[in-house]
Amino acid sequence: MSEFEPKVVAFVCNWCTYAGADLTGTSRIKYASNVKIIRFPCTGRIDFMLLLKSFANGADGIIVSGCHPNDCHYTSGNFHAKRRWIMFKELMDFMGIDMNRITFSWVSAAEGARWAEVVNSTVTRVRELGPYVSYKQMVNTSIEEEVTHA
Amino acid sequence: MARIGVFICHCGENISATVDCGRVAETIGKLKHVAYSTEYKYMCSDPGQTLIKDAIKEYKLTGIVVSACSPRMHEPTFRKAAAEAGLNPYLCEMANLREHCSWVHEKNDMTTEKAIDIVRILVEKVKINNALLPIKVPVTKTALVIGGGIAGIQSALDIANTGHKVILVERSPSIGGHMSQLSETFPTLDCSQCILTPRMVEVAQHPNITLYTYSEVESLDGFIGNFTVKIRKKARSIDEKDCTGCGLCTTKCPQKKIPNEFEEGMGFRPAIYTPFPQAVPNKPVIDREHCTYYIKGKCKVCEIVCPTKAIRFDQPDQILEIQIGAIVIATGFDIKRTDFFPEYGFGKYKDVIDGLQFERLASASGPTGGAILRPSDGVVPKNIVFVACAGSRDPAKGIAYCSKICCMYTAKHAMLYKHKVHEGKAHVFYMDIRSAGKNYDEFVRRAIEEDYVNYIRGRVSTIYECDGKLIVKGVDTLLGAQPLEIVADMVVLATAGVANSGAEELAQKLHVSYDSHKFFAEAHPKLKPVETNTAGIFLAGACQNPKDIPDSVSQASGAAVKVAALFSQNELTREPLVAFVNRCSPPLYSTCVGCFLCQSVCPYQAIEREEFKNRDGKTIKTVAKINEGLCQGCGTCVALCRSKSIDLHGYTNNQMYTEVMALLNVY
Repeated sequence: MSEFEPKVVAFVCNWCTYAGADLTGTSRIKYASNVKIIRFPCTGRIDFMLLLKSFANGADGIIVSGCHPNDCHYTSGNFHAKRRWIMFKELMDFMGIDMNRITFSWVSAAEGARWAEVVNSTVTRVRELGPYVSYKQMVNTSIEEEVTHA
Repeated sequence: MARIGVFICHCGENISATVDCGRVAETIGKLKHVAYSTEYKYMCSDPGQTLIKDAIKEYKLTGIVVSACSPRMHEPTFRKAAAEAGLNPYLCEMANLREHCSWVHEKNDMTTEKAIDIVRILVEKVKINNALLPIKVPVTKTALVIGGGIAGIQSALDIANTGHKVILVERSPSIGGHMSQLSETFPTLDCSQCILTPRMVEVAQHPNITLYTYSEVESLDGFIGNFTVKIRKKARSIDEKDCTGCGLCTTKCPQKKIPNEFEEGMGFRPAIYTPFPQAVPNKPVIDREHCTYYIKGKCKVCEIVCPTKAIRFDQPDQILEIQIGAIVIATGFDIKRTDFFPEYGFGKYKDVIDGLQFERLASASGPTGGAILRPSDGVVPKNIVFVACAGSRDPAKGIAYCSKICCMYTAKHAMLYKHKVHEGKAHVFYMDIRSAGKNYDEFVRRAIEEDYVNYIRGRVSTIYECDGKLIVKGVDTLLGAQPLEIVADMVVLATAGVANSGAEELAQKLHVSYDSHKFFAEAHPKLKPVETNTAGIFLAGACQNPKDIPDSVSQASGAAVKVAALFSQNELTREPLVAFVNRCSPPLYSTCVGCFLCQSVCPYQAIEREEFKNRDGKTIKTVAKINEGLCQGCGTCVALCRSKSIDLHGYTNNQMYTEVMALLNVY
């Protein structure tokens, strides 16, 4: 394969985006096969440490998607995810993590076409950005620095 | 040592057409701890399930991954099969190869690679799955029916007749809904009120039904079998116990010029009113927005004339809290009003009316006493045009769906007109005539053949006023798309049926899904048309999509049976996918530090405090404890817990981490 094929991990909630992705399938809308979905009960369940773990282990891009505001199956899980995301984004940006590699979106169970759009745009963007090798370099450098300072 | 079985389904050709199932089975078979890996054409079929059950026994499997369609479709099927073979159902996982792979990707190597990855993720997950036991919860055998139209009435009566208590909530002052506004009903042309009002009275008198009119659902907590609903009983401003419904107050009220909602704005009502003469309950309500006393601080004529002194100006809204076990949503629909149509004059022509307004004109109890008189000057229209599909099936207007009832009621309207104005001419513009239903097509044919209604296949581009007449410009597509102009005295638009106002807000209160048109969403379009995605909440009638009366009544009875089936059990078994706090022994060593951040984010108040005491009875440690009955398993507390002391069955930290690692090929 000549072109770089990014590895994209999608963290989605069971009730909206997972069902939305099911609808994409039922409607036979095609999208890039680089994305693999991990099902959570709710975006509120998503521990954002998992995003870092994903990057650390070779993911090039990440999608986090759940129910639209007010549509959460559990009333407020997506609001907690949103708040967490706002904090996390600032912190990660400060630490030098490329936030262009993460897509945070709302896709409802009725938005099959939108899911395909979210996936395709993320894959295209991450493909342009190239493999995320700088994450590992960054992590390794900081460890080395710590060692030398000590 | 884990022994995992993997079953790859072809789903006919739905999966195997794009995914090389043989290669998937072979590659997965070589993974560590995979004891058995096979493929089959239809895993969900009886032989497919038998294959799984036999393999579980033969290979002594400790976990299985069925790689087929979405778990939202068949997870219960395969978990049941696993349980029948003696494997704990929660040791069965599904890999979604159809919706998330074969249907959305082209046939190539990458698709098969992805399929292998998807299966591998689940294989790694299922290795660390825990055997779980279902949770048992009690059932409160009282149902809540929201909406007092024909669907709500039917549901409430059916449930009540099975011997269970029903709470019926209606937001307007009387039950009856849109059906009470109709003049006659298709295809029999029997009077709507004559068949509806006995049902309304039955509801009011049924010992098992408690009726709350002029009330709305404020909030809902809990889960199937154990809901707590808060109902706002809006202030009627009269004491219902003292009021006899004599109606003296309504006749004496000096404020008489309020557009009557029941008459669709074609008549007037006083500020203290009952919506219509057969209202149930037949007790008036004061419209505080228009009442002179509430606006200017004086009047009180109703209080003076009331023979039983039932007027209560200072009555507050009441909030009732009621325990219920199941809910039927029957909030009905609404129609687009004429002001939605710029091409037909934005509602500024008085003689362009909508279907419901025509119903009131044709109704014997309507503003004209049943005479078809045009609203502008009260003259009998000699030429009347009916426009079907006004808004419906028109993506440009944002309503791509067929409103289903308009073809039939337009035929009915044309007939009613012809029966009342024999010399008049009725024209119907239509796109297609959709009259599927028992005796429906015969009904439309009768309108055309016996009542000589002029059916024109084509759409109306514009309507404008000229010399007191309405010029309807359209096209006749059966005459070679010939432009057509009809000079009409009155036009009736069969406007699109839309979701009721407040449907979205109610859906959010009840935590049920709704579609892009704000109609409530069913759990499955074909096989679960009555259920919602939220267990214990059912749908009836036109709140799901526009429906006619027989369909609404059938679905209402269907919903009632679902509720009755639920109430036939004393205990429900619930999925054990709930959160739990890691417990150590002795509990003093629990990693939970008792910060109770989890308590502040839990949407279900499912987190309690558990205290550990020493021998002297002194509390030495307080930790969080999950109430399994209340927890719905959203996992917000899990992601939040700073000491990682809370975890979620089925989605543990370990499992989620393992899935990510498997996805990235670390294992």
